[in-house]
Amino acid sequence: MTRFVLRRVLQGMFSILGASVIIFVVTRLSGDPVVLMLPPEAPEAMVSQMRERLGLDLPIWQQYFMFLSDAVTGDFGNSYRWEMPVLELIRERLPATIYLASAALVFSLMLSIPFGVLSAVWRGSWFDRFAKGVAMLGQAMPNFWVGLLLIIVFAIGLEWLPAYGADTPKHVILPAIALGWYPVAAQTRIVRSAMLDVLDSDYIRMGRSVGVPEGVLIWKYAFRNAAVPLVTMMGVYFASMLGGAFVVEVVFAWPGLGRTVVEALFARDFPVVQAGVLFAALMFVAANLVVDLSYGLIDPRIRNDR
Amino acid sequence: MSLIEPIEPAAALEVRNLVTELRLRRGTLRPVDGVSFSVAKGQTLGIVGESGSGKSMTCLSLLRLLPRPGGRIAGGEVVVAGTDLTKLSDRELARDWRGRRISMVTQDPMSSLNPVYTIGDQVGAPLRYHRIARTRSDARARAAEALGKVRIPSPEARLHDYPHQFSGGMRQRVVSAMAIACAPEVMIADEPTSSLDVTIQVKMMDLYRQIQEETGVAIVLITHDMGVAASICDRIAVMYAGRIVEQGPAKELFRNPAHPYTQSLLSAIPKLGEKRKRLYALGGQPPSLTAMPKGCRFAPRCALADAKCHASYPGETNLGAGHRTNCWRVAEGGAPHAA
Ligand SMILES: Nc1ncnc2c1ncn2[C@@H]1O[C@H](COP(=O)(O)OP(=O)(O)O)[C@@H](O)[C@H]1O
Ligand code: SF4
Ligand SMILES: [Mg+2]
Repeated sequence: MTRFVLRRVLQGMFSILGASVIIFVVTRLSGDPVVLMLPPEAPEAMVSQMRERLGLDLPIWQQYFMFLSDAVTGDFGNSYRWEMPVLELIRERLPATIYLASAALVFSLMLSIPFGVLSAVWRGSWFDRFAKGVAMLGQAMPNFWVGLLLIIVFAIGLEWLPAYGADTPKHVILPAIALGWYPVAAQTRIVRSAMLDVLDSDYIRMGRSVGVPEGVLIWKYAFRNAAVPLVTMMGVYFASMLGGAFVVEVVFAWPGLGRTVVEALFARDFPVVQAGVLFAALMFVAANLVVDLSYGLIDPRIRNDR
Repeated sequence: MSLIEPIEPAAALEVRNLVTELRLRRGTLRPVDGVSFSVAKGQTLGIVGESGSGKSMTCLSLLRLLPRPGGRIAGGEVVVAGTDLTKLSDRELARDWRGRRISMVTQDPMSSLNPVYTIGDQVGAPLRYHRIARTRSDARARAAEALGKVRIPSPEARLHDYPHQFSGGMRQRVVSAMAIACAPEVMIADEPTSSLDVTIQVKMMDLYRQIQEETGVAIVLITHDMGVAASICDRIAVMYAGRIVEQGPAKELFRNPAHPYTQSLLSAIPKLGEKRKRLYALGGQPPSLTAMPKGCRFAPRCALADAKCHASYPGETNLGAGHRTNCWRVAEGGAPHAA
């Protein structure tokens, strides 16, 4: 078990390192931040002085190692735009993103679990087709589009829910739907096919043969087994929620890390982009690790084997 | 000399003219086509026959556990304690009958237990849902008792274990404990030991006998091992292509098999000292469900078949003492002997 955890942690560190290299190179390909920071009529000398101050005159590999050696001590530099330590900016914005991604994941599970389970129980029925339709709709529409539709219908049209900001618990509903609808199709498919297998199994028939009620058979005996592949994918879903949050946060003016990074990208605020992506990668890895460790809670066979 | 046959003891289970259909995309099959038998309290009926003859489908029909969608009982009655189970709703059947008064053990002990729940939970389930145990701790105590009945060592300690921590033989005992936990009147055992070692098979069969002596449960035992059938069963029914072709008291049936199919089954049993063989010295294949012969279903493989056999199905001939068979040669008098 310890060996397994260690291996996963090491793998995760390599992923994060890889992500940091890629984003470092990409940001520098996006253009020169100094051009945006100074007025167009600024003299050449001022521009090069600014570059020097930010360390942008050095070769890229040297910049990278400086960034890395600072980063391991927890220093991500200052935002060009906000003139404040990047770490502080992230600490301020990250919780809102995690909150939104969690709410979106909960929403997706609230749909996909009943959809998947009941589609399997009533395979080939109108419900099976209905659930598939609703799930596919979410997958077919890009999430900014879903976000706009939700705003038009529920915020502007019906005036049921707020569209912008994050002041009350109600504010998270529309962005969570916009973000959480997309993975419903994949999750429903996983639950449905796992349930189909399990419902046909000998142990469900055995349970039925001793008089266990159908509801208990489905939601307790079968679902606990069918949940294993879903839980396996949970880290991936949570990570994709974090990724998707970048766009949805912009649409709903959600004060999270995603919107901060997108804005920073347009402003060529390199330190913020780098640190933001690094944190997203970190959360991705952490989410997967937690999931790996949690299988054991569901499936006793894994608990004992490792 | 008495003209009156001995009265058979009261039946715990009586099956009359059971017909089971499977509706598949390519058409409707009838794996069970007019099966009748009964089992008395405290007795064991063995059902024997080649694989594919409809034994498992018969078992599943008794508890209405047929594959869904597609499987259904198309006719007949399954009577336990005066109630026809085929007429009950699914809810009634689950609430008052399955596991409570009639239960089932199937072939594969490896897959019959839920991998993510403890043995205590699973053996306790019938006790809780049938309200025999009112509390969790009562269910545990009674589950341990049931595990003790099937001779699992230190049952209390094993309540918290998971199925993967048991050997195949022990799992089959756990499954049997689930089946007998509520002391049902009827237990169906569909080849309960065929996936186990021979020595374990013998132990399981002894165990079923002991449980039967203690509780008086009527057992329907499916087996393709004629040796097992001879050693444990009070009565034997021989199934062929969805129908029972001969049934009677075990001793009588082994001594005087009337149906040519039964005779060929018995001639395939190894004599003492001979190396053990599986059933079957009989040539050819049983008929396909999609192309059933119009007359006797055994006719294509029967050495005694004539035009009449091919033309129409033989009615039942009563040979006395509950020994019955469906064969034109027997009906015409004179025991056939070809095998
Ligand atoms: N799910 C199914 N779909 C189609 N045919 C089936 C199915 N289950 C059983 N059968 C057919 O029903 C017949 C009886 O099978 P079964 O009751 O399992 O036989 P046995 O238990 O005597 O070996 C066989 O011909 C088998 O092919
Ligand atoms: S009825 Fe005819 S074909 Fe069928 S078993 Fe008897 S003799 Fe053979
Ligand atoms: Mg079978």
